Amino acid sequence: MSVISIENLVKTFGGVRALDGLDLRVEPGEVHGFLGPNGSGKSTTIRILLGLLRRDSGQVRVLDGDPWRDAVALHRRLAYVPGDVNLWPNLSGGEAIDLFGALRGGLDGRRRDELLRRFDLDPTKKCRTYSKGNRQKVAIVAAFASDVELYVLDEPTSGLDPLMEAVFQEEVRQLTQAGASVLLSSHVLAEVEALCDRVSIIREGRIVESGTLAELRHLARTTVTVETGRPVTGLAELPGVHEVRPVDGRVRLEVEPEHLDTLLAHLVRFEVRALTSTPPTLEELFLRHYGEATDSEQRPAAGGTR
Amino acid sequence: MSAFTGTGRLARLALRRDRVRLAIWTLGSPLIGYALAESVASIYPEEQNRLGYVEVANSSVVARAFNGPVASSDLGAVVVTETYLTLAVLTALLSTFAVIRHTRQNEETGRAELLGAAAVGRYALLTAALVVVVGANALAGALLAVAFIGAGLPAAGSVAAAAAIVGVGLAFTGVAAVTAQLSVTSRGANALAAAAVGVAFLLRATGDVLGQRSTDGLRLDSAWPTWLSPLGWGTQIRAFGDERWWVLALPAVLLIAGVAAAYALAERRDVGAGLLAARRGPARAAAGLLSPAGLTWRLHRGALIGWAVGVAVLGLAMGLAGHEVDDMIADNPAAAEAIAQLGGGDELVDAFLAAMLGLFALTIGAYVVQALLRVRGDESDGILEPLLATAISRHRWLGTQVVGAVLGALALMLLAGVTTGLGYGLAAGDPVGWTVELTGAALLWLPALLVVAGVVTALFGALPRWSVALSWAVLIAFLLLGQLGAALDLPQAALNLSPYTHVPSVPAVDVTVLPLVLLTAAAAALLAIGLITFRRRDTPT
Ligand SMILES: Nc1ncnc2c1ncn2[C@@H]1O[C@H](COP(=O)(O)OP(=O)(O)O)[C@@H](O)[C@H]1O
Ligand SMILES: [Mg+2]
Repeated sequence: MSVISIENLVKTFGGVRALDGLDLRVEPGEVHGFLGPNGSGKSTTIRILLGLLRRDSGQVRVLDGDPWRDAVALHRRLAYVPGDVNLWPNLSGGEAIDLFGALRGGLDGRRRDELLRRFDLDPTKKCRTYSKGNRQKVAIVAAFASDVELYVLDEPTSGLDPLMEAVFQEEVRQLTQAGASVLLSSHVLAEVEALCDRVSIIREGRIVESGTLAELRHLARTTVTVETGRPVTGLAELPGVHEVRPVDGRVRLEVEPEHLDTLLAHLVRFEVRALTSTPPTLEELFLRHYGEATDSEQRPAAGGTR
Repeated sequence: MSAFTGTGRLARLALRRDRVRLAIWTLGSPLIGYALAESVASIYPEEQNRLGYVEVANSSVVARAFNGPVASSDLGAVVVTETYLTLAVLTALLSTFAVIRHTRQNEETGRAELLGAAAVGRYALLTAALVVVVGANALAGALLAVAFIGAGLPAAGSVAAAAAIVGVGLAFTGVAAVTAQLSVTSRGANALAAAAVGVAFLLRATGDVLGQRSTDGLRLDSAWPTWLSPLGWGTQIRAFGDERWWVLALPAVLLIAGVAAAYALAERRDVGAGLLAARRGPARAAAGLLSPAGLTWRLHRGALIGWAVGVAVLGLAMGLAGHEVDDMIADNPAAAEAIAQLGGGDELVDAFLAAMLGLFALTIGAYVVQALLRVRGDESDGILEPLLATAISRHRWLGTQVVGAVLGALALMLLAGVTTGLGYGLAAGDPVGWTVELTGAALLWLPALLVVAGVVTALFGALPRWSVALSWAVLIAFLLLGQLGAALDLPQAALNLSPYTHVPSVPAVDVTVLPLVLLTAAAAALLAIGLITFRRRDTPT
């Protein structure tokens, strides 16, 4: 039984089709990366999963319930970290954490204190004086100190520094060791690569790619650079070989994974002296789906803007 | 680059950000001045009426505390007495809030850092704020003088009266320039400046109450505390009496001193830092906070306490004033008629007390609107979203807010009844009886307040993005129908649109139950609409 299953989900805002037939499945115990640039529909999907937005059409199940109808019962079993955390300005951080915990149905006090220490957060400061990163820590501590089955995290680290990012990754691993499932929306590729068992890539409200990282790599071309004793010929006629370029005495090319074998068989006839092969990075996968045109949107820098 | 580089650009930015507020301020104050001048002229047309007014106003403790001394029996002096403190306090608050908005608030939100990194000098932000606020005060003052002259008052007095208001605005501009440097948060800076306004009011009230009255009763010389208060200085100019222009030097000196101190403080501190540390809170939540009701109480208690203090002071004052109503308007049929129209019934005192309770109910309607609209504020700020992602249902959350706002209104209305009854009873010699009677009368207004709560809830559920503007518009419509409807001879059908029209104004008339039941039913229907539509909709920012 999937923890989250979405089929053919559609959501429009006025004329804008924010989600356009989206499918997504999160299995028990996995960390599922939900990857896409700003405006691709990640937050909209998550808000529908939380019963904050109403879907136009499609099937959505969360923990085997309907997120709109069974919102209250489901919310006892999941915890949410929004991408842009806003808090009551006159409450202290500690009060906000306890409040979210209590309203969700309880909070592990020991874990709360440990998380506060690990994230280096001062709980006596008033929320109005917190920076964006610290507000995000409040939401993270409140969520991670709750013992629930599912954690829904919407770009949770966009305001954290690299040190805190590392702490965050360790804490997420601990959650999954305890058996919980995590949906992690992000546009930080390194974070997704480090944490996620499976990844879904969203573009303009649709999932364009979904699978384990190994499976996704398989879909993309491997870059091969080869140095041979004799000039290589006949590469262009080989199946699945692209972008052949000579680079100071060597040849660089891209090859589809299933044709690697044929390529190697062809190359050995030209006295191979050196050969490197690089599997695609997630970044390359990502760029393949978005192209250079939207490049500026994909920089994992700016974070949420409202 | 000098310390003032960029001031002009920042001032234009502030003007652009505040163009609506500034327009309301600079046009609103002269409009209020003009309308009140016309209405005072119609109530006290003859020198004879006004002599009576001056005598009562300068001797009554309540009138002295709330209006200050009357400079002469000229029509202008009566107009000033009736308008001065309202306009002065409004101007003081508008000036302080505007200064802080364009200084500390910019720092708090980090906008100042962005600007500071651009070609902007160290003093530019403060200077731009001062330019805008001083300019707004000057413009509003000039228009106010024109309004008074336009209402037929002598030019010298009109200018002095407007200058008195401008002086108050400038004095508190100086105060706010300093508090903006002291506190790290704009809220803290606003609170400090507002507290200064409150202290100034109390000092002036004390000085005026303790003042010496001349033997003919036509002149009141305030005691020394008045001279410590910027609000007092405005009355000491004695516009439309023997104008003392030199008093205008006092606010000018305070403005200059405040600005100099603010520049000195700005020179010594970092951007974003203050001289008073931000207050800390508890590391753990008290058990009482950990429920929707607990959170609601926590979020509203500050405002509620503030309202309670205001209502109690006003209630006592109105009650005490009730005892003087007969004297004050004995030989003034126009004023008597105005009160009778508001309150109804034959007994002038009963009409007065009923009218006061009705005014309290309208004012407390503003509390209901403000308290309930917080749900919309939280929604558009994105605070509501993580809250609704916990195990709190939408019905429970909104229901708690409604109950909180209504209980707050109930407490305030009770307090209004108790204090008005106590005040009047103490003066008239039957404190217990009058307290009981007016408390009961005050509670009759609760159904009207429930309707106000219902309107806000329904608007929040059905038209979230419009709910703030529409809720206030509806309340203002109720206010206008109640206060001006009868005077403007509007048809009864129009008056009936306001729930306040249907509440029997006890003690002036007898209790009738049916309208109260119908109002409660209407409120219940509106609340149901709000809850149902909120459950069915998205949560837009
Ligand atoms: N409340 C809303 N009203 C109108 N348009 C919206 C609303 N929320 C999201 N959108 C639009 O839907 C699209 C997806 O947004 P979002 O889900 O926030 O993307 P992401 O989280 O991936 O950055 C965007 O084009 C955005 O402008
Ligand atoms: Mg988003």
